[in-house]
Amino acid sequence: MNARLWLSFVLRRLGASAAVVLILSFGIFGLLYIAPGSIVLTLLGTRPASPQTIAAVRAEYHLNQPFFIQYLHWLDNAVHGNLGTSIQSGGRVLPSIAARFPLTLEVVLYGSIIAVGAGIPLGIWAALRRGRGTDQVITAGAVAAVGAPSFAVGLLLLLVFAVDLNWFPVYGTGQGFFSTMWHLTLPALALGLASMGLIVRFTRAAMARELSQDYIVFAQARGLSRMQVTSYALRNSLVPVLTASGLILTSTLSATVMVETTFALPGLGTLLVNSVTFKDVPVVQAVALLLTLLITVINLLVDVTYALADPRILFTRHGE
Amino acid sequence: MSVAEVSVLRSSEARQARWPAPLVVISLVIVALGFTAAIFSSIIVPNAEQENLLLGISQPSWHHVLGTDELGRDVLAMLIAGARTSVLGPLVIAVGSMVIGNIVGLISGYFGGWVDSLAMRWVDMMFSLPALLVAIVVTGIAGSSYAVALIVLIVLFSPGDARVVRGAVLDQRHRPYIEAARLSNLSSKRIMTLHLWPNIAPIALANGFLDFAFALVSLASLSFLGLGVGPGSPDWGRTLSNNMGLLQSNAWAAAAPGVAIILMAAAMNVLGDWVYERLEARGLEQ
Repeated sequence: MNARLWLSFVLRRLGASAAVVLILSFGIFGLLYIAPGSIVLTLLGTRPASPQTIAAVRAEYHLNQPFFIQYLHWLDNAVHGNLGTSIQSGGRVLPSIAARFPLTLEVVLYGSIIAVGAGIPLGIWAALRRGRGTDQVITAGAVAAVGAPSFAVGLLLLLVFAVDLNWFPVYGTGQGFFSTMWHLTLPALALGLASMGLIVRFTRAAMARELSQDYIVFAQARGLSRMQVTSYALRNSLVPVLTASGLILTSTLSATVMVETTFALPGLGTLLVNSVTFKDVPVVQAVALLLTLLITVINLLVDVTYALADPRILFTRHGE
Repeated sequence: MSVAEVSVLRSSEARQARWPAPLVVISLVIVALGFTAAIFSSIIVPNAEQENLLLGISQPSWHHVLGTDELGRDVLAMLIAGARTSVLGPLVIAVGSMVIGNIVGLISGYFGGWVDSLAMRWVDMMFSLPALLVAIVVTGIAGSSYAVALIVLIVLFSPGDARVVRGAVLDQRHRPYIEAARLSNLSSKRIMTLHLWPNIAPIALANGFLDFAFALVSLASLSFLGLGVGPGSPDWGRTLSNNMGLLQSNAWAAAAPGVAIILMAAAMNVLGDWVYERLEARGLEQ
């Protein structure tokens, strides 16, 4: 009974995710058509427009066939790892993405660790001192952090900690683990600050709700220590916070575009921005497809974690 | 812990962390300054973009309070001139997405049925998209202009507003005053616009403040990447990226627009939050 519930839940979520990816892939393919000018010229880029090159491009993208058939050919290639050639560099798209992916992953993970590691304790602290000065300072700071754009924060961090205090390097990615950590600290901080603000607010709200439950009053009445009472509330409030952290990972993934540009880091984000500016559509499509897949997988994992923590989810249909 | 202490704890738990009045006033002042600069910039600093190549980069001085940039343009004047695109653009986005969101949310919540489920599918779909990434890709590929950036952001923001408005409609739909209006044979259009909407407007307004803050940051992010506004525009995001290289010579040239964006966004967030808080407090009293 339980296994069947789980199976149907996971299948349902997988199906929904696959549908979303398909719809988005259609939109990503359609990017070719929203670029100004003819598609052939967009795909040729700076290459000379001779009859031969035009014919080659028309053949590669099946431009003589209807839109939907073009899309199917493109999707078939993409599924088999053929994401086309970059207009800007002339090289294959996939290897250049693979080369830049690790750095982006490092910054995103580092930033998320900072956000969760600092956000949860601050949120708990604020909830324990509700309505007092500490709470107000933390809550106000969290609101400011959520609203602050990562590139402006990054610039101020650079100014204070790299230019004025000289504690961190102004640019570069470093060699080896510790040097990389040192180089990526300011970008990770700029990236993690907004997520940290969100996690503080989530944690504070969840913790405050638990602390006002009857079982807490009962625990207090029985004379349990403050530590013990807090740990009861903590255990119950962390579930929603951890699942929220998963969703925050996806917003961090998009914020990394801004941070990488600010700190001139050669990751996926700067690749996307350069390609967008250059109208290098194949590269943009490939990066967008990769990010779509990543975000979908993260969302799926979040859903499953949530169901593990709160099995009642299994009984409800998604979106209700 | 004594019984008295427990009861004190309980009563203070009911009290939310209120926004202290000074913070709300400061936020109001910041927002007022931003809008004044945006509306009257052509009167306050008519020659903001005037270059002074002989002067070049300079540190803050009596003549140039925040110094000058590479082309000898006054940083403070550029900041005021930049408010027009940086502050009025987000206003257009917030108003535009509120109009769409209110219409869709009202109809979807009031009528329910297939209209509702169709609209909510669309909202869910749009919600799963990382808005900023979509804006960067679409604005960049479709030929980057300020109007395209505004339209793309309105399309991306309206689903959130539709969801909030729909939620508020569902909350009101079965209240006696709506049922009374229905029994009096009033048209659906009349009920929605004259009876239902006035009770939802405050929530929509509070949401509009948060939209504005988010739109400000998104638009600034686009122009920071060189999308949306043209090169050489005094827009805050654009100025910031142009002057990134001046951190050693006149850091204010890059820091001032950055601080302006952060302050404006934070102030709007505080005001939006504060309006929500007032609404909640009013709800509790009823």
